[in-house]
Amino acid sequence: MTQEHSEEVHTGHPTPLTYFKVAMILSVITAIEFGIFYVEWIGHAIIPILTILSVAKFMLVVMFYMHLRYDRVSISILGKDFPIFSLLFVGGLVVSAGVVFALMGLFEFFTG
Amino acid sequence: MAQATVHGEHEPTTTGLNHRKMLMWAFLGSDCMFFGTLIATYLVYKNRSIAGPMPEDVFSIPVTTVSTFVLLMSSMSMVLAYAALTRNSMKTFRIWLASTAILGMTFVGFQVFEFTVFANHEVVVKCADVGVVELTSVERKVAEKCGTADEHDGKVEETVGLTPRTNLFGSTFFTLTGFHGAHVSLGIVWLLSLFFLSFKKGGVTPEKNLDVDLAALYWHFVDIVWIVIFTVVYLFGVFPGF
Repeated sequence: MTQEHSEEVHTGHPTPLTYFKVAMILSVITAIEFGIFYVEWIGHAIIPILTILSVAKFMLVVMFYMHLRYDRVSISILGKDFPIFSLLFVGGLVVSAGVVFALMGLFEFFTG
Repeated sequence: MAQATVHGEHEPTTTGLNHRKMLMWAFLGSDCMFFGTLIATYLVYKNRSIAGPMPEDVFSIPVTTVSTFVLLMSSMSMVLAYAALTRNSMKTFRIWLASTAILGMTFVGFQVFEFTVFANHEVVVKCADVGVVELTSVERKVAEKCGTADEHDGKVEETVGLTPRTNLFGSTFFTLTGFHGAHVSLGIVWLLSLFFLSFKKGGVTPEKNLDVDLAALYWHFVDIVWIVIFTVVYLFGVFPGF
């Protein structure tokens, strides 16, 4: 086990080096998004590609910077443990995504 | 029946969990819904504007990419400020916190610049290009002046600014990005308050790191909202057919 990893396990939070690495990955993904945007031959495939890259950035910030990866505060409901902070946030996120797709469907965004 | 299984260092609560942190996560969950409705409204109305300018007329992807990078780096400096505080390094904490506030102000500066450019958007069309080069809807409208007294040196020009009152795209775009900018501005005030409070004895201490933890959660949240806005509003916005 490396020293960095053992510190992570001990404190429950990543080290500054991990934060820096995540920032570099975020920067690279943003640069890829920018570069891909100007590649014309990709066509409509750009939409799923950019979506995946955006979700990756979103997840990195939520997991490492907002520390949900290290969320150990659980709440026991009917004998089963749930990470409460993740539950609160992801719950809002799921409802939000539902609202977005419901509104888009309602206003015929997908059918034109 | 819900029962907490982990106890942190905080006052006793009925759930056994820290209520301030619970409240912050519940707020962030609800704010997801708030921005979700604004993004959905933008998408629904984007292509329903009768008159321009449209996204492809005004957006500058290189400028927005730089402002996105600035906000991402502010998230890194915020998390490093929190890490420094938990290690009892107050000087490093203040440096990173001030950096975060400065990066946040830079981002807001980019937004003000962008809004100003959009409001004063000028369209210049070479009359020789009409029928040869593919023109946007706004350019086609300005090109109608070709052959009239408004044509000078083979060109026609007109200021076609984008404001919240111009069209549906403008209304929904400024509402969405304006609310995000307001969130960032509020975050800057919060960070600066913590920065100045850290000079007061007992104001910000490693033992009371939850005060900074909550501000950091809020700051990262405005960052992830921008990650979505950058892709959905800007990159998809300029892509034809979306």
